[in-house]
Amino acid sequence: MITHFKPSSGAHVGANASVTHIMWQVMLAMMPATAFGLWCFGWPALNLFVITVLSAVIFEAFCLRLAGKIAKPVIMDGSAVLTGWLVAMTLPPWAPWWIGVVGSGIAIVLGKQVYGGLGQNLFNPAMLARIALLISFPIEMTTWANVSPLFFSQSPSLAESWHITFSGLENIDAHTGATTLGFIKTEFSQNHLLTDILKDYSAFLNFIGWSRGSLGETSALLLGLGGVWLIRQKVIQWYIPASLLLTVALLASIFHLIDSQHYVSPLLHLSSGAIMCVAFFVATDYVTSPNTPTGQLVFGTGCGLLIFVIRTWGAYPEGAGFAVLLMNSATPLIDHYIHPRIYGRDRKGKPLEIPKS
Amino acid sequence: MLSFFSKPLIRGGVHAEDHKSLTAELPIVSNFPLPKNLYIPLQQHVGKPAEPVIKVGERVLKGQLLAYSQGMISAPVHAPSSGIIQDVNDYPAPHPSALPIRTIVLETDGLDQWIETQTIEDPFQLTPEDISLRVGAAGIVGLGGATFPTAVKLNMGRENQIETLIINGSECEPYLSCDDRLMQERAMQIIDGVRLMLHGMTNSPEGHLTGKSGIKTGNAVVAIEDNKPLAYKAMQSAAVLYPQIKIIQIPTRYPMGWDRQLIRYVTGKEVPVGCRSSEIGVTIHNVGTAYAVHKAIRHGQPLLNRVVTIAGGAVERPMNVEVPFGTLISELFEFCGVRNDQIARIIMGGPMMGDSLPHTGLPTVKATSGILALTHNELKNAAEQPCIRCASCITVCPAGLRPLDMANNIRINQLDVAVDLGLKDCISCGCCSYICPSNIPLVQYFKYASGEVMARQQAEHKSEQTKRLIDARNARMDRIARQQQDEEQARLAAKAERERLKAEQEALL
Amino acid sequence: MYVLSAIISLTLLGLLLGLLLGIAARYLKVETSPVIDELESLLPGSQCGQCGFPGCRPAAEALAEGNAPATICPPGGSALAEQIAALLGIDLDLSDVKEPELLVARVSEATCTGCTRCFKVCPTDAIVGAPKQIHVVVADACIACKKCIEVCPTECLQMHPVEVTLRNWRWNKPVAVLHTEASNAVC
Repeated sequence: MITHFKPSSGAHVGANASVTHIMWQVMLAMMPATAFGLWCFGWPALNLFVITVLSAVIFEAFCLRLAGKIAKPVIMDGSAVLTGWLVAMTLPPWAPWWIGVVGSGIAIVLGKQVYGGLGQNLFNPAMLARIALLISFPIEMTTWANVSPLFFSQSPSLAESWHITFSGLENIDAHTGATTLGFIKTEFSQNHLLTDILKDYSAFLNFIGWSRGSLGETSALLLGLGGVWLIRQKVIQWYIPASLLLTVALLASIFHLIDSQHYVSPLLHLSSGAIMCVAFFVATDYVTSPNTPTGQLVFGTGCGLLIFVIRTWGAYPEGAGFAVLLMNSATPLIDHYIHPRIYGRDRKGKPLEIPKS
Repeated sequence: MLSFFSKPLIRGGVHAEDHKSLTAELPIVSNFPLPKNLYIPLQQHVGKPAEPVIKVGERVLKGQLLAYSQGMISAPVHAPSSGIIQDVNDYPAPHPSALPIRTIVLETDGLDQWIETQTIEDPFQLTPEDISLRVGAAGIVGLGGATFPTAVKLNMGRENQIETLIINGSECEPYLSCDDRLMQERAMQIIDGVRLMLHGMTNSPEGHLTGKSGIKTGNAVVAIEDNKPLAYKAMQSAAVLYPQIKIIQIPTRYPMGWDRQLIRYVTGKEVPVGCRSSEIGVTIHNVGTAYAVHKAIRHGQPLLNRVVTIAGGAVERPMNVEVPFGTLISELFEFCGVRNDQIARIIMGGPMMGDSLPHTGLPTVKATSGILALTHNELKNAAEQPCIRCASCITVCPAGLRPLDMANNIRINQLDVAVDLGLKDCISCGCCSYICPSNIPLVQYFKYASGEVMARQQAEHKSEQTKRLIDARNARMDRIARQQQDEEQARLAAKAERERLKAEQEALL
Repeated sequence: MYVLSAIISLTLLGLLLGLLLGIAARYLKVETSPVIDELESLLPGSQCGQCGFPGCRPAAEALAEGNAPATICPPGGSALAEQIAALLGIDLDLSDVKEPELLVARVSEATCTGCTRCFKVCPTDAIVGAPKQIHVVVADACIACKKCIEVCPTECLQMHPVEVTLRNWRWNKPVAVLHTEASNAVC
C-alpha cells in the first residue's frame, strides 16, 4: 500500500542481450583476421586502422552534437567503432591517412547519420564508404602493399610508417603490386590463359591471407572462422553467408568446368578479395539485410550472383561492395514481399478457411 | 529450419530462464490463515459482471451464492468463507491501473462453515447438459488466465463436433508452478475432471434436437511440458485406467501454453483468425479448470479458492499456496515473507504476459495464477536503444508478426499501417519484448495501439451518432418551423376567410 | 588537384539538378480539385465554433485553402485529423498535438431550475428534461460544445473531464528514450 508502481507491460524479464554486446561480439569475431592483417602489413596498416576508427568515433560524436543529442551513450554502443573498423578492413593497408578519414566520414555522416542514426540507414555504411572511395580515388584505393610483416628487416619501421601514412609512399613499384583478382583481370585483358596467369599463385597462401589485398580481408581462413563463431554465438544466422558463398561457388564451378582457361576456379573465388569479409560481416548487417530467413536467402543469393557477374564480366576486379549495395537497395522490397505468415491466416493475410472434416 | 518450405509445428517462441524449481519442489501450502476481510470483485471473468443477491449485514455461509451470473457469458461468485457482508461498493481492482471495480467485502467469522453441499456418487449418470449447468453454477472459469466461463465452452463443445479435448498443462510462463504442483499432488482428481468434461461435451440423445445426437466426444490429450517430469509421471499413472485420456510431453518453450500454439502442436490444425477452436473440432481447458470441475461435480463445491504461486527475488519463502478469492496480496506477501524494500515490481500472472500491479492492496481473483515480487536485478530494465532491425522479434513471434515494423509505425502514429501489419493478431505474449536487444517495450506499444485503435473506432462511432442526432434535431426544428408556418398561414387564411365572410354578410346586410 | 575538381563538378551538378527540380515543381504543379464539400462532410456539422470559425463550412473552406491545420477540429480529435490529412494528402504531425482532454457536461442538481434553455441550444439533444424539472446530460451524446454552459442562468452546468474507468482505461504510449539534452535535463 505504501509504494505505487507505474503500470508496465510484459515481458518483465528479458534475454541477456544488448546492442552493445552484439557490436562487441562482431568486433571480437573480426579480431583475428584484423590482427593478422595488421601483422602482415606492418606499422602503416596499424596507423591507418587507428586513424580510421578514431575518426569514425569523432564523426559520430560530431553528428550527434549537431543533432542536439548527447554523444556519450550512443558512442558507447560500439556501432561507430564497428563501422570504422569495417571501413579500415576494406582499405588498402598502406593508404594515406586522409583516405581513412574521408572513408569514415562518408560511412558515418553520409552512410548513417543523415538517415537518422543507428538502425535507419538503407545502405551498409562501410560498403558505401568503400565504393565512394574507390570511385573517387581509384589510384589510392588500388595501390596494394606487398606483404611485409611487422619486425621483418625489409618491412618499414615505425618511423618510416609515419612517413608512408602522412606524406605518401615513395618508390611505389618496389613496395606494391596487384591483388590476385586484379592481376587476373589485367592478364585476361591481354588474352593470357589462366594456367599462365596463375603459375606463381599459391592457393594455400591466398587462403591463409599471405597475399596482397585490403587490410583485413586477405585471410579467408580467419574471417571464415570468425564468421562461424558468430553463427555459433547466434549473433548472425547462416542464411546470408551460406547462400552467398554457395551461389558464388556454384556459378564459379559451372563456368570453371565449362572453360577452365577463362573462368577462375571456385576456390580462388572464395579465398580472394572481399568475399569472406562481406559474406560474414557486411551482408549480414541487421539494418540493411532482410528480416526473414527466406528473405535472407534471396538476399545472399542475389549478392553472390552480383559478385560473380561483376568479377567475371565487369570492369572492376572485385564486385563485393557493389553487390552488397545493390542488394541493400532491394532489401525493403524483399521485406515487403517476403514476410512470415500470420497464425490463422494465409500468406495474403486472409483468415484460413475452416477445414471440412 | 527452412520455415518457408516445411510447416513446423511450433512457431517462434523463446527459451526463458524458468526459475520454477524454488516453488515446484515444495508441496502446495493449504494452511493459509483465513484473512479477516475478503474483497471479492463481481467481475472475475470475461463477460458481464455478476449481480449481487445478498444485502449488506447479511450472514453468509461458505459456498453460498453472492452474485448470480448475468447474460449468456458470465459467471456467478460465491462466498469463499462464512461471515458477514460488510459492503458492496467500488474497491481497487487487481489491474495495472487499480481503478475501482464493484466488490463485495466479506468479514470472515473464522468458522469457515460450509453451506450444505450435494455429493454425487456417480456423476456419469447426469446428462451432459446437467454437467454444464452445474459447472456454470459453480462459477468455474478458465483458470489458465483467460477466465472464459467453462460452461459456455462445454456447451459449444456439444454444439460442435469435438474430436479432441486438450488439457493444457504446459505452464510455460517462468516462475509459475501452480499447475505443476497441482498435477503432481492431485492427478487423480484432475483426470476425473477431464472425464467429467468429456462427458459434459457428449451429445446425449435427449439433449439437442438438431440432429447431431449421440455423437461421442473423442479423446482427451493432456499436454505437459517436458520440464515437469514428475507431473507427467503422476498424471500418467492416474490416467492409466482410461485409454481415452492420453498424457503427452511437449517441448519446453514459451509460449507453448498459448492455446492456438498447443492446438497446432497436438492436432496439426490451425485455428483460423476470427474462429473459436471448437469450430475446428478442438477445445482446450487448463488443468486447474479440470480440477475445479471435479470438485464442483463430485462434491458440489463451487470455485472458492485456487493455487497461487508466490515467487520472485523479493520473496523469502516462495511457495504455492491455496488461497480463497478476495485475499489481499499484502496478506499473501506477509505470509510468504516478502521483503517490501526489495520489491521493484509486483506482477500478477507470469513475468512474460502478466501485468504489473501498482500496490499490494488488491485482491486475488480467479485469474490469479501467480503473484511475483521481482527485484530490480530480475527485471529487464536496461536503457532503451534504437532498433537495429536484428529481426529477433520476427523470429520469436509465435503469431508470425513483424513486431519491429509495427512498433516503428506506432511510434510515428501510423496506427492504420500497424493494423494492416497484423496488430489485431498480436497475443501480447511478450516474446518480442523479451528478446529485444535494444530493450524496446514492444508489447506496450501494441497494447497502447490496440487501445487507441479501439478508442478511435468508438470516437468515429460517436461522431457518426452525433451527426445523426444533429440531423434529427435539424429535421425536427425544420418540421416545427414548417408546422408553425403552416399554422400561421392557416390562421391568416382563416382570419381572411372570416373577414371575407364578415364583409359578405355586411354587404348582404 | 583532381580532388578539388571532383568536388567542384559534383557541387555544380547538384545545384543544377536542384534548380531543375525547383523549376519542375513550379511549372508542372498538379491542380487539386476543390474538396470543400468532402471536408465538410467529415466535420461533425454541429457548428459549435470551437475551431474559431463561424461554422463547419467556413472551417472546411479554410482547410481546403490551407489556412487551417488538419488538427483544427477539437471535438473530432486526432481520428478526424488523420482523416482530414489523408483527404488533403498532407503530412500530419500528431506528436505535438495534445489530445484534447475529453470533457462532458454535467448538471448540478442543486442549482438547476429547470429553465429548459440548455436543452433548447444543445445541438445533439444530449440534454433531457422538462420545464421545472431537473435536466440531465446524456454523457454518450454530449460533444462538449459548451453551448449549454453559455446559456445556463445559474451556472449549474459545468464541464467535467470524462471519468477513467476500467472500461476506458488504456495503456500509455511508451516514451521513446532519446539522448537529447532536453531529456537529460529532466532526469
